[in-house]
Amino acid sequence: MSFDVLHIFWPFGVFIAMLFIIGLYCVLATLNLVRALIGLELLIKAVTLLLVVVGFAGGHLALTQALVITLIVIEVVVMTVSMGIVLGIHRHNNSLDVRGLKNIKG
Amino acid sequence: MTVNLIILVCLILASLWTVMTRSLLRSALGLALTSIVLTILMFRLNSPLAAVFELSVCSGLISVLFISTISLTEPMSRQETLKHMKARMTRFWYLPLVIAGAGAALSLIKIPLDFRFAPRETIHDVRQILWQVRQLDLIGQIIILLSGVFGVTILFREGRKK
Repeated sequence: MSFDVLHIFWPFGVFIAMLFIIGLYCVLATLNLVRALIGLELLIKAVTLLLVVVGFAGGHLALTQALVITLIVIEVVVMTVSMGIVLGIHRHNNSLDVRGLKNIKG
Repeated sequence: MTVNLIILVCLILASLWTVMTRSLLRSALGLALTSIVLTILMFRLNSPLAAVFELSVCSGLISVLFISTISLTEPMSRQETLKHMKARMTRFWYLPLVIAGAGAALSLIKIPLDFRFAPRETIHDVRQILWQVRQLDLIGQIIILLSGVFGVTILFREGRKK
């Protein structure tokens, strides 16, 4: 990796790692299903930023933008289906606590 | 670069507020704020099309989805929230230690940073890349969208009448 690319990349890399850790903490530490989805969103945002920064540093802006658009489409579908599942669980358990999922059988 | 660093700090602050705030609604608003800051950063990194998608879809549509879900579910009482926060702190007090340990281990391993980028691209139009170079991505997107529609239909179908 050339010095110029590394010089552009490393400050962003540090903040991307921090954003990823914050998202991971949110997913791991919470017992609320909606908050876990919010953590997942933060993780996806870290990946989005990583793609954009790599495209900017390496000179592949068009390709990375195409990849980011694909990522956003997948993100929306995943979130929509997950929220449907969360609503179904709430209807069944009357709670958003993940500990209630232990009762699921089958 | 200084402006970018200020925006990055704002991004981290917005994400921290999203994670640490007690109210779920504020958390969803914090997520929208994080998306908006990310959009500004993407505009500054010469990715306008991706930035517009991020702004309209992530900070618009997904925030609406989160707020709708929160309004359709019962929020926890204040006492429950406080209890939950305390439990969260006690369960994961060791997380910063794990992160510091992982960072120290990675610095000892010394990962070689000799990634090689492909030559700079000759096609500079996103539309051309999306429609001509990466057509399989578009097919994948259509399949995923259809599976999402199918999944939501199954999740929200009405029960059969007996």
